[in-house]
Amino acid sequence: MQYSEKVLDHFSNPRNVGEIEDADGIGEVGNAKCGDIMKMYIKVDNDIITDVKFKTFGCGAAVATSSMATELIKGQPISEVLKLTNKAVVEALDGLPAVKLHCSVLAEQAIKSALSDYYTRKGIDPKPIVGDIEECEACH
Amino acid sequence: MEKRFVYADNAATTRVSDEVLKSMLPYFTEHYGNASSIYKLGRDAQKDIETARGKVAKALNASPSEIFFTSCGSESDNWAIRGVCEKLAPKGKKHIITSVFEHHAILHTCQYMEKHGYEVTYLPINEQGFVNPEDVRNAIREDTAIVSIMYANNEIGTIQPIKEIGAICREKKVIFHTDAVQAVGNVPIDVQEQNIDILSLSGHKIHAQKGIGAIYIKKGISLPNLIFGGAQERNKRAGTENVPAIVGLGTAIEIATSNIPEKAKKVTAMRNRLIDGLLKLPRTRLNGSRENRLAGNCNISIEGVEGESLLLKLDLNGICASSGSACTSGSLDPSHVLLALGLKHEVAHGSLRLSISDETTDEDIDYILEVVPRVVEQLRAMSPLWEKIIKEEK
Repeated sequence: MQYSEKVLDHFSNPRNVGEIEDADGIGEVGNAKCGDIMKMYIKVDNDIITDVKFKTFGCGAAVATSSMATELIKGQPISEVLKLTNKAVVEALDGLPAVKLHCSVLAEQAIKSALSDYYTRKGIDPKPIVGDIEECEACH
Repeated sequence: MEKRFVYADNAATTRVSDEVLKSMLPYFTEHYGNASSIYKLGRDAQKDIETARGKVAKALNASPSEIFFTSCGSESDNWAIRGVCEKLAPKGKKHIITSVFEHHAILHTCQYMEKHGYEVTYLPINEQGFVNPEDVRNAIREDTAIVSIMYANNEIGTIQPIKEIGAICREKKVIFHTDAVQAVGNVPIDVQEQNIDILSLSGHKIHAQKGIGAIYIKKGISLPNLIFGGAQERNKRAGTENVPAIVGLGTAIEIATSNIPEKAKKVTAMRNRLIDGLLKLPRTRLNGSRENRLAGNCNISIEGVEGESLLLKLDLNGICASSGSACTSGSLDPSHVLLALGLKHEVAHGSLRLSISDETTDEDIDYILEVVPRVVEQLRAMSPLWEKIIKEEK
């Protein structure tokens, strides 16, 4: 199994690691049993993601996709962020080994989960905006 | 501490030792004859194969006629299980006894036999990592063809009560096979004294090259061939002999079994320092008993970190190790060995196996003990699971 240089770079120097104390939305997906947990914190201003931080328990691919996903959404309007797919994250990393593709789903879900939390806190039903957050099929 | 290269994955494979390589080299360009040829170049090759066979036999206290060279430990395992099953099928013996924590070469062969109408009993291990010989006794039936229990486990290094299991099989007149790939050269083996009927071994775990193995089959047991073709290996295993590899295996096994107690003492001391040092980290555990364990094996679980990211971080620091996490197994489940010990999935995902050898130095151990805690701290700092564990503790 080979990781691309970009995956290894994002794994060894992950961007945006940490927590945001006064986050506007926090999302957590995955479970310890299946070996991946991703937690994402977002700051939102004027429908724009002004800051994002993450914490991940998981393999190299899970850490790298979390890191890349935060880079891709930082500074972006929510409308654009909602269009981000795990495929785009994988492409930005120059691909992932086939057995690791399920790890990338987690990053997309973590973002959606954080956005759901953001809308819920504002008293807005997140479902029509964010949609369903499907559980990783591979883990169940 | 300055970055260095530390190879701590000797249970995966070992470096070919200088002596082994030196003994092999003439067989590539000088003594390159086909051992089946009539002329001197061929006859000499045959003679040197027999010398190597003698060395393997001596290492196991077997007779040279009981040793057959194969391509690897997995081939030996396949031959043992499938051969015995095929041989005893006409007698209606269609039951196999093995354990849950065998190598996949055994487990997947057993699963194949299940598809072909065999019934397999997978014996459990206790929380220390041992098969209970009484469980073997209770599992043996009229139609049991073979009992196959590994000599020492490849992940947690626990050494099984082979002699006792063998004695029970003798008493019950059932063929006893052991996969001794991890044990040879680390534990004194005597097939006669330890009641072993068939034994698998591999070269690359004892500083020989990859792609060479052997099987011991006790005199009186004749297994049907796994590979058909020429008359090599007394008609039992076809294929032109890999002379350099066979000679190398002979050298390697001779060296590996010449000073086992002394080597084990030295390696165990380093290994214990490694275990004690790593267990100082909070929320860690040693997997498998410390007693009756291969001298070079250290397998610990580190809560809150995932094994593959740990390995990648260690690799960045020059350390080669392995893990039983799902991500390193290529499947979604963590190691079947660690789950069999009773570990929870999340704890099994955070396992680290360091397997050292007599080529490991005290400086290597110092370096590992400096790097692992630092890397674990980095990973725990970004782990939401660790955050939860700490919260629950409070």
